[in-house]
Amino acid sequence: MLILFGRRIGRASGLVAVAASTAAGVIALPLAWRVLDTPEAATLTWSFEWLRWGDQTMRMGVLVDPPAALLLFVVTVTGTLIQVYSTGYMAGHPRYSRFFAYVSLFMAGMLGLVVADNLLLLFVSWEIMGLCSYFLIGFFFEKPSAAAAGLKAFITTRIGDVGLMLGMILLWWTAGTLRFEELAAFMAGHPVATGALTAAALLIFVGTIGKSAQFPLHVWLPDAMEGPTPVSALIHAATMVAAGVYLVARTFMLFQALPVACSAVAWVGGITALMAACIAPAQTDIKRVLAYSTISQLGYMVMALGVGAYAAGLFHLMTHAFFKALLFLGAGAVIHGFHHVQDMRQMGGLRRKMPVTFATMAIATLAIAGVPPLAGFWSKDEILLSAYHASRPLWVLGTVTAGLTAFYMFRLLLMTFFGEQRDKHIHAHESPAVMTIPLVILAVFAALAGLPGSPWMGMWLQRALHVPWLHPHEVEPSRFVMGLSVLVAGAGIGAAALMYGPRPVISPARLAERFAPVHRASLNKFYFDELYLAAVVNPAKRLAAALWRTDQRLVDGAVNGAGLSAWLSAKAQGLFDKWVVDGLVNLAGAIVHAASAVTRRAQTGLVENYMLMAATGVLALAYFTWWNTG
Amino acid sequence: MTLPLLTLVTFAPLAGLVLLLFIDGKKIDAIRAIGLLFSFIPFLLSLAILFAHDAADPGFQLTEHVGWIQFGSIQIDYHMAVDGISVPMIVLTGLLGFIAGIASWSITDRAKEYWIFYLLLQVGMFGTFTSLDLFLFYIFWELVLVPMYFLIGIWGGPRREYAALKFFLYTLAGSVFMLLGFLALYVQLGTFQFPELAEQAGTLSPRFQALIFGALFLGFAIKVPVWPFHTWLPDAHVEAPTPISVILAGVLLKMGTYGFFRFSLPLAPAAAQDRTIMFALAVLGVVGIVYGAFVAFAQTDFKKLVAYSSVSHMGFVLLGLGGLSIAGVSGAYFQTFSHGILSGAMFLLVGVLYDRAHTRDMGAFGGLLAKVPVYGGILIFFSLGSLGLPLLSGFIAEFFVLLGSWKAFPWLVVIAGIGVVMTAAYMLTMLRKILLGPMDEKWNGLTEISAREKWTLIPLAAVTIALGVYPRLLMDVTDPSLSAMLQRTGVEVTLPSLADHAEIIATYESHQPTGMPTAHAAPETGEHH
Repeated sequence: MLILFGRRIGRASGLVAVAASTAAGVIALPLAWRVLDTPEAATLTWSFEWLRWGDQTMRMGVLVDPPAALLLFVVTVTGTLIQVYSTGYMAGHPRYSRFFAYVSLFMAGMLGLVVADNLLLLFVSWEIMGLCSYFLIGFFFEKPSAAAAGLKAFITTRIGDVGLMLGMILLWWTAGTLRFEELAAFMAGHPVATGALTAAALLIFVGTIGKSAQFPLHVWLPDAMEGPTPVSALIHAATMVAAGVYLVARTFMLFQALPVACSAVAWVGGITALMAACIAPAQTDIKRVLAYSTISQLGYMVMALGVGAYAAGLFHLMTHAFFKALLFLGAGAVIHGFHHVQDMRQMGGLRRKMPVTFATMAIATLAIAGVPPLAGFWSKDEILLSAYHASRPLWVLGTVTAGLTAFYMFRLLLMTFFGEQRDKHIHAHESPAVMTIPLVILAVFAALAGLPGSPWMGMWLQRALHVPWLHPHEVEPSRFVMGLSVLVAGAGIGAAALMYGPRPVISPARLAERFAPVHRASLNKFYFDELYLAAVVNPAKRLAAALWRTDQRLVDGAVNGAGLSAWLSAKAQGLFDKWVVDGLVNLAGAIVHAASAVTRRAQTGLVENYMLMAATGVLALAYFTWWNTG
Repeated sequence: MTLPLLTLVTFAPLAGLVLLLFIDGKKIDAIRAIGLLFSFIPFLLSLAILFAHDAADPGFQLTEHVGWIQFGSIQIDYHMAVDGISVPMIVLTGLLGFIAGIASWSITDRAKEYWIFYLLLQVGMFGTFTSLDLFLFYIFWELVLVPMYFLIGIWGGPRREYAALKFFLYTLAGSVFMLLGFLALYVQLGTFQFPELAEQAGTLSPRFQALIFGALFLGFAIKVPVWPFHTWLPDAHVEAPTPISVILAGVLLKMGTYGFFRFSLPLAPAAAQDRTIMFALAVLGVVGIVYGAFVAFAQTDFKKLVAYSSVSHMGFVLLGLGGLSIAGVSGAYFQTFSHGILSGAMFLLVGVLYDRAHTRDMGAFGGLLAKVPVYGGILIFFSLGSLGLPLLSGFIAEFFVLLGSWKAFPWLVVIAGIGVVMTAAYMLTMLRKILLGPMDEKWNGLTEISAREKWTLIPLAAVTIALGVYPRLLMDVTDPSLSAMLQRTGVEVTLPSLADHAEIIATYESHQPTGMPTAHAAPETGEHH
């Protein structure tokens, strides 16, 4: 099966890639359906002996259980649609076929990750995806910024990967296996949370922090927007970055039994969600808003898993994949039709020139903002509900984030499509059908994907996602939580409409004056927005302009500083190596040389050194033997 | 057994050498053809050895044992045999010997002498990996130095004489200590035959064994090279001509690690039982990993970067050995083989670029991926292999070394993790400097990699992928012998398996009547739905 998915590298046109991806989808979808729809979670497994030493073996194989089936569905659908879209978006690029080769390899990696039956195989696929991400971020490699962003992404995530690798190793020594099914059996029979297991779980989670761009390793994702937009949609929004969430879900048998690890996960997720949501409103680059939004939403999913809402986390992963892919592709269509300008301040009024793009983006925005009955509402509500029961502070974080999300997404929508076009020199046009049709299909998913998890369908998805080892996680529905989240979303939308609508009731500038004494926080945000206007080019400066300015600087600075100090100390070590270590060797050589100068009268040629050595040796040997016997 | 395969493989290059003596030095084509042919024949023979060798049997096979020198009570035998530890090294030597032979095609200056030395070098290398008589082993071991000295000193770069001398003296100094160790063993046990020595070595006093271990360590460590004995390596690598760098990194360094696997542990089991010694070994390994990676990061010279990456990568071998678990030791051996392939390929790639640009300063390049995409692609491939990307052989090696050594030295493994990140940093920075970014006008005339160069690299790429995807290709050959070697030390660290927790799982399954997948560590073949 994996081979079927994967074989398609080399010089190939976009059509081949699309065909391969579709074929994967055709194979995967009935499979996913079968696994999900069978009440008593049917699981597909297949494995072979991959390695053997002594009497120990290691097996590799696939495991399609309900969560894997869900991901298969998400990945093949979004992946295929995004590739169809790419045939239009990338048309005419000289490295067109290479683009599709990378994307196809990426798809193979992602599908491999989804169906892997053990952590090692998952890690292998994980790295393959990281590699493709590196290639695709740096796809326009002639641009130094793109090359730098690729490097930054690879190395930042590599830190997480090493954590994951160490976690795997510790887990192996603790549990004796890396296969998920065996881990589940082990954990189910294991009564206590030991320090080693907690440490292993936390190390595994470091991998998630890297890959899913969680605080404090999130700095690479905004820079990764240097890649072509379909790549941002596929890799840096819908699939790869969600792999970190999936990793926690796959190893959830560990986390659910380890309260310390769980609360660490929940808090990292919660902080990430709020932090990114506070930065996003200040961004002016359409893709960067979406990038921070992605970080924030990933934080949501991670938080969900941390508070024990396994199904809700995966549910949100699915809905997010659809609406965020749609948002990115929509943004790509805007950029494509707007002559590759990404700055929202130059846009405006595009709804008339790009009606399809506008309509689909609007649906996605409503979905992410959590407006019922669109997809995002149901999954977000589930998460908030679980957070409410698990930890009130986290629930507050989540709810504030929800409000901010609604606000900044509507700000994006309003700035791009409403009002008057601000930069009138650019002639905007709608994208070709090959790009708009995937948008429409994704819009359908973004609108409806929440229904299987809604009470209207009896929470079908949550039940379908159940796996035998999962601890029961029942949360009482709360009208208060649901009502408040809708209210907050509405407030966010309202605020956006008031500030960025066609006829702004409150001019953003005047808002600063009017609400200055009372709403210090929102004013600050606006203040940082102004700072953003001044600093466009340097992403570090843009990060620094948000409420977490100092923090951003520290974190990004630590990454860059580590690189710099590594360089300095490497330089220093190089000097040390050259002068001291090497110097000692040369000194020894000089001594031998001097000694040989003495013996040179008697002997000539290189042999003399040899003889000298041998003589020393014989002496030493005599001493050796004497010392040993006596 | 019909053919004396080991003798044939060792002395086949010698036959070519003799033939070359009768050829006129001006007939370059004939010289090159003969030289290459007699590099190819041993490669075929090494494959024949691989197939003749029964991997399931951990003992020595294809034995050829006759008396050789006898005076007084001293008995030196012509004793050759192979097991799972030596067979892969012989294949590696055969493969790289042939590939570096192809890469030697462009050498026209004093070609006759070059090929004579080159073939002699191969005799020494094959002999090192086939001999079981310690004296015979020592002869082959030293035989390698002489042609290597001349190959670097005559056909090398501007500082070739310095580099050649440094290489010669340094490694010679080490091997003298090794010889001392051998002689001391002979004095105590009265034989040079490795199998007998390995059986009796355990009876010697632990202190004596530790001394033997130390003496052998110096010999092997300088060859590997273990930090802080590595400084000869960058000089020798930078000055050596491309094919010789390939042999140097691909095979010569492996003579050192082979020594550890073959002699150090079996001949001094007490050293293996001494936790301090093993800890020291692992510390040196980790220092090498991290230190090598940092120094590599500081380099501006492409070839030096690759040379320091060797220091870093060979650190994994020591770390894996120190852990004394079968996973770690298998990983260490895997690294030995895999690094031979990868570093050989990297040096070929350095050579390809240098032949065209006449500089190795990475700062002078940039944006070459647009100009020479095939070369760039191959360079990216092998760089990724070096930095331990999964599905390529380097990852398997590093992962199993880290896995296997965790039990003994968890903190050292964590520190080695820094090296893993740094490796990614210097490899990718190198790629960025050479291949990415805007291109300088002056490289407009740069030509793409030639077919001959490409075909030296493709087989290596194939091996890298094959081993990375299906490591049993190598592990099945080495495992029985390595396992047996470890068991003899009596302190093998066993990896846990799920079977250790059988009672826990039994508890669980008794509560789970409805078909939860059964979890057993016992081997089970086939597929089930």
